[in-house]
Amino acid sequence: MHDDLNWAIGGEAGDGIASTGKIFAQALSRAGRHVFTSKDFASRIRGGYTAYKIRTSVDEVQSVVDRLDVLIALTERTVDENLDELHEESVIIFDGDRTEFSDFEAPADTVGLDIPLKSLAEDAGGAIMRNIVALGAVCAVTDFPIENLDESLEKRFGSKGESIVENNKQAARLGYEYVNDEYADVENPYELETTDNDYVLLNGDEAIGMGAIAAGCRFYAGYPITPATDVMEYLTGRIEQFGGHVVQAEDELSAINMALGAARAGARAMTATSGPGIDLMSETFGLVATSETPLVITNVMRSGPSTGMPTKQEQGDLNMMLYGGHGEVPRFVLAPTSVAECFHKTVEAFNLAEKYQLPVYLTADLSMAVTERTYEPDEFDMDEVEIDRGKLVDEDEISAWQNEKDQFKAHAVTADGISPRAVPGTEGGVHMSTGLEHDELGRRTEDTDVRVEQVDKRNRKVETAEEREDFDYREFGDADADSLVISWGSNEGTIVEALDYLDDLDVRVLSVPYIFPRPDLTDDVQAADDVVVIEANATGQFANVVEHDTLERVDRINKYDGVDFKADELADEIKQTLEA
Amino acid sequence: MSSENVRFTDFKSDKQPTWCPGCGDFGTMNGMMKALAETGNTPDDTFVVAGIGCSGKIGTYMRSYALHGVHGRALPVGTGAKLANPDLEVMVAGGDGDGYSIGVGHFIHAVRRNVDITYVVMDNRIYGLTKGQASPTSRPDFETSTTPEGPKQPPVNPLALAMSAGASFIAQSFSSDALRHTEIVKEAIEHDGFSLVNTFSPCVTFNDVDTYDYFRDSLVDLSEEDDYDRHNYDQAKDAILDADKEYMGVLYQDENSTPYHEAHGVHENMAEIPDGAPDGATDLVREFY
Repeated sequence: MHDDLNWAIGGEAGDGIASTGKIFAQALSRAGRHVFTSKDFASRIRGGYTAYKIRTSVDEVQSVVDRLDVLIALTERTVDENLDELHEESVIIFDGDRTEFSDFEAPADTVGLDIPLKSLAEDAGGAIMRNIVALGAVCAVTDFPIENLDESLEKRFGSKGESIVENNKQAARLGYEYVNDEYADVENPYELETTDNDYVLLNGDEAIGMGAIAAGCRFYAGYPITPATDVMEYLTGRIEQFGGHVVQAEDELSAINMALGAARAGARAMTATSGPGIDLMSETFGLVATSETPLVITNVMRSGPSTGMPTKQEQGDLNMMLYGGHGEVPRFVLAPTSVAECFHKTVEAFNLAEKYQLPVYLTADLSMAVTERTYEPDEFDMDEVEIDRGKLVDEDEISAWQNEKDQFKAHAVTADGISPRAVPGTEGGVHMSTGLEHDELGRRTEDTDVRVEQVDKRNRKVETAEEREDFDYREFGDADADSLVISWGSNEGTIVEALDYLDDLDVRVLSVPYIFPRPDLTDDVQAADDVVVIEANATGQFANVVEHDTLERVDRINKYDGVDFKADELADEIKQTLEA
Repeated sequence: MSSENVRFTDFKSDKQPTWCPGCGDFGTMNGMMKALAETGNTPDDTFVVAGIGCSGKIGTYMRSYALHGVHGRALPVGTGAKLANPDLEVMVAGGDGDGYSIGVGHFIHAVRRNVDITYVVMDNRIYGLTKGQASPTSRPDFETSTTPEGPKQPPVNPLALAMSAGASFIAQSFSSDALRHTEIVKEAIEHDGFSLVNTFSPCVTFNDVDTYDYFRDSLVDLSEEDDYDRHNYDQAKDAILDADKEYMGVLYQDENSTPYHEAHGVHENMAEIPDGAPDGATDLVREFY
């Protein structure tokens, strides 16, 4: 059905799984093939099992599926973990010299290739290269020209010296030749075609980091937390080249307050964290919103509550981002729906933050954060990036916003709810901002009229944004279908791929990247015979929002076992739900 | 406004403080305003950050760019502002509760970072705004509504905390000694790195132990001690850990410390960005080939 290959390497944490996977993914990408990777933490047994999976095709791929074609098993358990996904043409590469594989027999109907990975690696210069030997074997099994590995090996090992690179190339070739010599008679169903296309390969966290720099973000403060740390690690060493700086704060409380300070000083600033960090930031979040400070807060969601399952997928923080914090104050919530959209929505988040002078939650999730995906480089066209700093005023514009005592009205009550913004260093713009309710000058007040005026003014910014911005959904599938599938955030790619598995069932898909303010789905929902909302949480947080907005009941597909949706599995669930 | 014409009253807002009559915070704030003016700063280029408590109100009574933040987090805000625009004079104000209780974690790390900001702590050894509970600097036998027999634990020694975290400027002043307080804050502003000024700022309403009279009678002014050398680490350590005496003045200064902006090469005003993606941004995309 699909001209694609599903590949994985699995073993114990510390076996070099991720770096081997990355080398192969890059080789595929450089060879003009599309790639979609996932880190597989699916585990029925406790312990350090980890796997890196790649789906690759000459066509675009945007989801994992429930099928594994080629598996490098560094441990016997890797085979056990993936039994359900193996099929009669699956090839399992293992090293029978390892004690644990001494009695190993490949599961019935699969093809087991016993290759002395370690000993061939030693021939090439060191046992540490056994995974590279295995990659060479994969090239032979998949008819993938081995030269394609060379560039990835240079990129990965170039900094360690020429001889290391050459040893690795040799290790790959030994694995390649071993398969061709010893298993020449094994029928090979796979052939990885190459193309002349140039793709870039990146994950969601990297796309957010790159988007931040493109958008003029110059200050980042954060505290390491899975799965948001990659944003900080991406920015470190890069943002400095653009005059920016990254601070590793002592905790999330400090991180958001540093970012707030930088934003008050006029910088485009960001912090990124995951759910537990958002919890800690909640108090300051209210201050950011009340002081009308533009700030981008990235939440890369993971499974909760509390410490939850920190390395597992979940979209469980939607309620917290929409409603978190005491009192009432507007915030925007953006949920990019793909790796590329992580870039675009990050740029948009910075513009929205400054145009409407409020905190913007930019939310990704673990699945999208660690997923590497190929794109045409034009997808990230820096010439298309537009910067809108909103009502930032300079010395010349200050006087229009001063009262009769030449005091600057930083919280002036305006028709659109947006006040002028002067940053320190701007002559005549001196003012205080505060978390206390305040008057137009930013001074504490408990005057009932002023209180109501300021609350209304802040809320009016939302109405203004709804008028001026295009907070629309992304649409896929059959526009005229009677069945409607709604999703938010990272599920988009999987749902789009699931359409291929739905056979004769036609559905219309709305993928919503704007959680607040959000598109009005009332007409869409009311026009459909059946509606199902798909999300990676237990209680249907977005489904509840849709029901609230549209006054219609919807069906739900919820996944909260920590594992990514898979296109073929999801298609079955959609069929069951809609046909029920 | 050019800095030559600036007077300390330019740093004063038209809001009348609501501190209790006689509160030490009046003197503390006046000294801060004088020190800012006398070091050539203007309200336009000054950013004052405060947290919560009686000290937190200072941004309202002073005139400058300011943020009145949440409880205990003023130092991170000041840090972010200073790094984003190194041209700003950043002054952070706090109280003993804000700085040494809820915010003590940030205090230690702010000291370690050595960002060039000035931190003035109005230490009255009591929670004033919430009407008289024990603070981290209260004496072990200081009876309050929440500690009827006293906290029964040693007070935090903020100067020792700072020293242990590698502080480059540690000072202590007394709000009622206007001249010395102003001098000390001026030195703190001029110090290139993080400066701590712990200012005894008596609470006349809720603290009848750590009073004006107590500090006036007991404080030893180091400027009058001829053999005291603020650059001598061991001498400073002895003074800071002295259980019998309390000192006023600059207890320790390391003029050769490396401030954060030098250690990390942070010199640009980050508020200024281009209208589109910055030059060189396309190289970021190429990295992903």
